[in-house]
Amino acid sequence: MKETYTITAFSENHIGLLNRITIIFTRRHINIESLTVSSTEMKGIHRFTIVVEEEEKQVIKVVNQIEKLTEVLRAEYYLNDEIVYREIALYKIPIDTAINKNIEQILREFNAHMVDIQDVYVIIENTGHIDDTEKLYEMLKPYGILQFVRSGRISISKQKKELVNYLKELPINEYVKE
Amino acid sequence: MKNTAKITGAEAILLALLEENVNTVFGYPGGAIMPVYDKLYDKSHALKHILVRHEQGAAHAAQAYAQVTGKPGVCFATSGPGATNLITGITNANLDSIPVIFITAQVSSTLLGSDAFQETDMISLSMPVTKWNYQVTRAEEIPDALAKAFFFATTGRPGPVLIDITKDAQIGLTEFSYKKIKSIRSYNPIPELNKNDVKTCLDLINTSERPLLLAGHGILLANATEQLEAFVNKTNIPVAVTLLGKSAISEDNPNFVGMLGMHGNFAPNVLTNEADLIIAAGIRFDDRVTGDLSRYAKKARIIHMDIDKAELNKNVKSHLPIHTDIKDFFDEIIPAINYNAPRNWLEQFRKLEKIEQEKVIQKECFPETGKIRSGEVINLLSVKTGREAIIVTDVGQNQMMGARYYKFKDPNTLITSGGLGTMGFGLPAAMGAQVGKPGKTVILFSGDGGFQMTSQELGTIFQYNLPVKMVILNNNFLGMVRQWQQLFNNNRYAETNMPTPDFPLLAKAFGIESSMVSERHALDGALDTMLTHKGPYLLEVKIEKEANVFPMIYPGMAVDEIVLENN
Repeated sequence: MKETYTITAFSENHIGLLNRITIIFTRRHINIESLTVSSTEMKGIHRFTIVVEEEEKQVIKVVNQIEKLTEVLRAEYYLNDEIVYREIALYKIPIDTAINKNIEQILREFNAHMVDIQDVYVIIENTGHIDDTEKLYEMLKPYGILQFVRSGRISISKQKKELVNYLKELPINEYVKE
Repeated sequence: MKNTAKITGAEAILLALLEENVNTVFGYPGGAIMPVYDKLYDKSHALKHILVRHEQGAAHAAQAYAQVTGKPGVCFATSGPGATNLITGITNANLDSIPVIFITAQVSSTLLGSDAFQETDMISLSMPVTKWNYQVTRAEEIPDALAKAFFFATTGRPGPVLIDITKDAQIGLTEFSYKKIKSIRSYNPIPELNKNDVKTCLDLINTSERPLLLAGHGILLANATEQLEAFVNKTNIPVAVTLLGKSAISEDNPNFVGMLGMHGNFAPNVLTNEADLIIAAGIRFDDRVTGDLSRYAKKARIIHMDIDKAELNKNVKSHLPIHTDIKDFFDEIIPAINYNAPRNWLEQFRKLEKIEQEKVIQKECFPETGKIRSGEVINLLSVKTGREAIIVTDVGQNQMMGARYYKFKDPNTLITSGGLGTMGFGLPAAMGAQVGKPGKTVILFSGDGGFQMTSQELGTIFQYNLPVKMVILNNNFLGMVRQWQQLFNNNRYAETNMPTPDFPLLAKAFGIESSMVSERHALDGALDTMLTHKGPYLLEVKIEKEANVFPMIYPGMAVDEIVLENN
């Protein structure tokens, strides 16, 4: 059965790694629903967060192939209930409709806020799950949305053992002593 | 080695190779790689360069060189077409897990991405078919990049790596200090064997009545052939091999039961589905081995050992997956095991073997009428060479016949394109094997089709007087495809019938001794003439045009439905 899986991978920050990882999906004809790459608190280590709709057995194979890459330190996969996850969305609304009294109620309901106000538009930011982003979009639609953008997913696992502690102990390279 | 005087990047490449004990390089010069060749001019005493006739030839040759010597192969090519010509060879090495270091030149870093003359994005192109690759744009990166290349290529599950080096990095100056790599934090090539797995494994073996050991290429790659033999001799567990596992155990071992897979032997295929325990050592359950997966080894519990964790549970779900270096595993289990496989289980193999002998092997290897058959040529050579030769094959019927009828004895004596099935692999691979083992008899079995794909390498064989014995089994067909057309496409021989050149004359044009044989009575003498000739020799054998390779597991069939003959 296909489900939403979030794959996280920790890698060295080297040129081409994004390509190296995405071709693993391409080759198996798996579509990436969302992809976020960012630096971690560990210098030189980057984190990939990849969301796919797939069967678990296929996800396991993909994760094994990612972890097999010589520059990937660790790859794991999670179901939605095993992580806390968010995406961020920005909505650009014309100022004249935005000052309508109802918008304040909508923002409060979503815990969204205005991050920029100019003479012709306002920008609203919201953080939440995919459904929240879409629900807010529908509610703002009558106001006339000039621009809309959403990020990929970021997530933190609920597991107790933290990977960074393990990574901290490893030297990047060791050489054979003469 | 520490040297404070500055040298060019090109020289640093060569010094790094020398630091890694490389003494042979296969390659082809061109514009972007000229600085390297200029430095090579002064180092030809230490680094022997084999000038091939096409870069694909260099790639296959370097792979075969690695397989027969146990050392990584090294290959040079220039940017653009030189580099893209390597791709088939890189892919072949990748699928068969052979350590080869490919060094390609690149346009200057200032020109990257400008569609400069002979610029190709080799990093992106080779990404899916290398274990690792890296682009060097500064001379000072060269020692470290090459140290990593050798480390990645040769450790863990071996594989090809590619280092793309821009022209300005070759010309630029650097201090040279070379340090071999011992470990890299993102890469764990040596899995730690879990002792509990060994215990569980012992329990599974001890409670089994019909165990079958499947030995793959992993045995050869791990240098665990002695351990395999010791394990088999101690337990009398029947052992079958994959195509690339051929030569991992001597075929006269009393527990050897043959080859697995589509054109493997009757007994191990049939009895895979009777076994109650499968011990898969260094195999990856390729579809050519398993047939219909849903009906594969269903009566057996499966123990699967591999150094590559991603292979475990990839194709076949195992009851006990063991992530290990196979040598470590055998070293651990051999002293601990006290098991003797039931005699009647091995006898079941022998019974089925008799059937195959009667219905297939007798007709193929000892025919009395009709045209010469591939099997009899190979069987004769197996006898005449005392099983001492290195056998190289091309791909197709010649390959299956070579694997089936040469009785392999010593490790790494079959060089063949397994995973990729690359036609044109044979001739350049034979050349690389001969360079690696100059004192050994190297015999190539090729079809007429595959030989024509890379026949330009006759030039290389002539230039270095490599005493390769080339046997072209000529049926004027792309035989394996024709066989499928006969069996599954109702004899519609679409584009598989091929007129061939006068092969002996072609060899003569390159100054290579040659002859042709088409009659059975002349075959024995022709083979003797070839084997006793001092230099390279090409023998064209006109064989039965529409002979088939049997047994055969037809596509979609289960392994125990293997067909013995064409009705």
